[in-house]
Amino acid sequence: MSTKTTRGKGKVSNNEEYREISPADFFYRNRDLAGFSNPTRSLYSAIRELLENSLDACELYKILPNIHIRLSLEGDTEDVKDSYTYRIRIMDNGSGIPPEHIPSSFGQILFGSKYRLRQVRGTFGLGGKMAILYGQITTNTPATIISSVGNGKSYEFLIRIDILKNKPEVLNKKVHKNKIAWHGTIVDFLLDGNYVRAMPRVLEYLRQTALVNPYAEITFIDPSGRLYKFERVTFVMPEPPKETLPHPYGCDVELIRRIISASKCTDMLTFMSTHFHRIGKKTAQRFLTYAKIKKKTNPHKLNSSEIVHIVQMMKTYGDFLPPDASCLSPLGKDLLGAGIKKELNPEFIHVEQRKPSAYSGFPFIVEVGIAYGGDIPASSGIILYRFANKIPLIYDEASDISRKVINEGINWRYYKIAPNLPIAIISHICSTKVPYMTVGKEFIADRPEIEREIKAAIKTVARYMRIFLSRKNRIEHERKRIDLFARYLPKVAKFSTELAGKKKIPDIEPLLRSIRRYGKKED
Amino acid sequence: MAKKRIKRQSSKKKRIKRQSSKKKRIKRQSMKKRKEMTLKKLRSFGGVLYNQLNKGEFPWIEMPSRSTSNILYDDRLKQYILGKKHVKRSSRNIRHIRPVTQLVWTASFAYTLNKQGKTSTLRDIFYSAQAFDVPFKNQQESDNIITDLETVLGFAREDFNIFPEERSQIFGDLTIEYTVPGYEGNSLNLTTHPDGLAIGPALTTSDFKSTKANKIIVIEKGAMFTRLIEEKAFKKFKAILIHTAGQPPRSTRRIIRRLNKELGLPVYIFCDGDPWGMAIAITIICGSANAAHLKELATPEAKWMGLYSSDIQKYKLPSTKLKVIDIKRLRDMRKDPRYIAKPWKTQITHFLQNKRKCELEAFSRYGLDYVVKKYLPEKLNRL
Repeated sequence: MSTKTTRGKGKVSNNEEYREISPADFFYRNRDLAGFSNPTRSLYSAIRELLENSLDACELYKILPNIHIRLSLEGDTEDVKDSYTYRIRIMDNGSGIPPEHIPSSFGQILFGSKYRLRQVRGTFGLGGKMAILYGQITTNTPATIISSVGNGKSYEFLIRIDILKNKPEVLNKKVHKNKIAWHGTIVDFLLDGNYVRAMPRVLEYLRQTALVNPYAEITFIDPSGRLYKFERVTFVMPEPPKETLPHPYGCDVELIRRIISASKCTDMLTFMSTHFHRIGKKTAQRFLTYAKIKKKTNPHKLNSSEIVHIVQMMKTYGDFLPPDASCLSPLGKDLLGAGIKKELNPEFIHVEQRKPSAYSGFPFIVEVGIAYGGDIPASSGIILYRFANKIPLIYDEASDISRKVINEGINWRYYKIAPNLPIAIISHICSTKVPYMTVGKEFIADRPEIEREIKAAIKTVARYMRIFLSRKNRIEHERKRIDLFARYLPKVAKFSTELAGKKKIPDIEPLLRSIRRYGKKED
Repeated sequence: MAKKRIKRQSSKKKRIKRQSSKKKRIKRQSMKKRKEMTLKKLRSFGGVLYNQLNKGEFPWIEMPSRSTSNILYDDRLKQYILGKKHVKRSSRNIRHIRPVTQLVWTASFAYTLNKQGKTSTLRDIFYSAQAFDVPFKNQQESDNIITDLETVLGFAREDFNIFPEERSQIFGDLTIEYTVPGYEGNSLNLTTHPDGLAIGPALTTSDFKSTKANKIIVIEKGAMFTRLIEEKAFKKFKAILIHTAGQPPRSTRRIIRRLNKELGLPVYIFCDGDPWGMAIAITIICGSANAAHLKELATPEAKWMGLYSSDIQKYKLPSTKLKVIDIKRLRDMRKDPRYIAKPWKTQITHFLQNKRKCELEAFSRYGLDYVVKKYLPEKLNRL
């Protein structure tokens, strides 16, 4: 029996058990993917995901964010362990969630409001729920969610996630009166982690978040009771992103199929001009002629080879207008500048925003700032702060495209920028789809279009830095020059008077003044 | 040979007689006068800068350039001199303000030194400057400024009482009279101490009173210097012995020149038989490029006595092979205008052919008194 092998003939007995797993189950099994690999990293990821959700909840409705995070130790803390149990509580003043959506928003993986084309921090509707799921599996306790949309009532839910079914389980529900019309959300649950180890990353993350969100007020109380407050420095907020239709360059077969099934259009001309970004009647007509498709064709009757044909034509037709940037919400020169000033306190700063550009049908905008001095330490190279859709990227800097451009793409000598100057570059990429290399959202892939924009932006700010540095050098040089005269000329006068046997030292003030006048002319 | 020797001695006697009548008077005056002249020069240097300042000008100084292109060999004087190129140092110039200040300070410091009759060393100057907040970066910088002051004033630093660290010695029948404070008028015979006396500030500034010697022998090595004292060579040859300890310091070169000029004594230089020994001899005779701005250091009448390359063969002295660097040096010397005259040129050729060199100590091979009994008499006779 054991020597018999199957040669593709006859019946093969298969004892494997095939079964479907829920998304919650999948992420429970593969939590490393979402950044919940160990107690240190998990605590950091939990704080990060919840904070980003809160910021999104405020910004989409143009509410100035006020976010409070509190982390406190729970239970026994005597023993030295790898991980401790913490209570995390985060409160925002965002739009709030309608009560009927609260359980699913926090208890069902891959459910949410973010599966649309506009610039938001979160993209998968995964992070916040993963944090709660992680808390549940490490401490076996439910999570408390309180939310109100600003009407007379607020709702409190005690939920746990049914992992196998990917469904929220409501253990308790309370309705409170909300006379002050508070709106926002509070999330409160227990989780295991190691704050002592995670602390540097958490604080760096908060600091950089404050840099790129200068209109937000973030307070954080750590387990030892220490308060970190990141103050708001401006009341101006960027325009919230508008929702947009997919651009033809970014479409694939599956997307077209979905659009068709949701569409009420009965001919290709209206179909093309209603469902795609930057396609009007004229463009639709020209495209259909190019693709050799009849205007009257009913999109619902297209077979799959015809859909494939349309997608191919979309990729090769060169005359679509590039996607516009109304779905993006960049910070802008002033806000990014304010954030940099607030966190780095630099001597000099310059910020540039590039015009919108696109890669594979996804619009993006690059914003780059450069700063000198202040709290920026002098290190052997240029310090880089990376942001994407207003999220700081902390890890894997070496693989990031901005670092690549700084290290390889630019001749710094041309800009008179030597190593070990206190210089920081802040790069911010906004896009409806940031091309992260991994699910961990830590670094951005080498897209030639993005690389080109980053390079151009860095070159522009570097030019301003060169002007600043040479001016600074000139002033420094001038000051040294005047100091040198002021130091030595009186001595020449004194010694020569002594040597000549005279009593009265000649007045050298006019000479020193002439040096100064001359100095000013040079400027 | 005998004839020659008598003739020589008689002529020398005559010369000493001729000079001895004026000697004392002139000499005493000269040291004092020189001091006064130095002080006057320093004062007037201060005066120039003072007047410029009073006129509302940035003080400036002009002096001959000491760059290599401006150092020329003067055939008539048989020494290096500075050419016509001048440099201007203006305190208006950011690069010059510091050196100008240092120069004025050094001048005023030297003036005070001279006034108080004190002496100082090059190293001292470097440290003293710090007390006046005119710091020098290193001693090289302060040495350089002192050389500038020499160039500006035309006086050697020994004239304004700044001396290098001493290491050379003198021994012989010469009576000197000190001019340094506390010893003024005291006289001393230089045979007093059997180790010889250090050529320091006090000796350099003293007047020469009387001597029974009729020549000066300058020796490169300490061992040979001691040997000649022990073997009573100074008596036998009526010689004042001077030990240079390698390249002679400038104060030693001054002493040699003064003994030659003031007492009219011929000078014989006795060095190792190699290119480096020859360089020592030529520095005493023609001066060095480094001191081209000063005229009173060289002794053009001095004679190179040995060791010649031909001596090595003639006296069968133990010798070693020339090294590559020695040969390179000899080749360079061929192009040097100072080595064009007779003994030099032929000896350089001889060295390059024979390819051997020899130290003064090599004479010990034939007994301790060989050099005194055999070599020196023969050599002195021939010169």
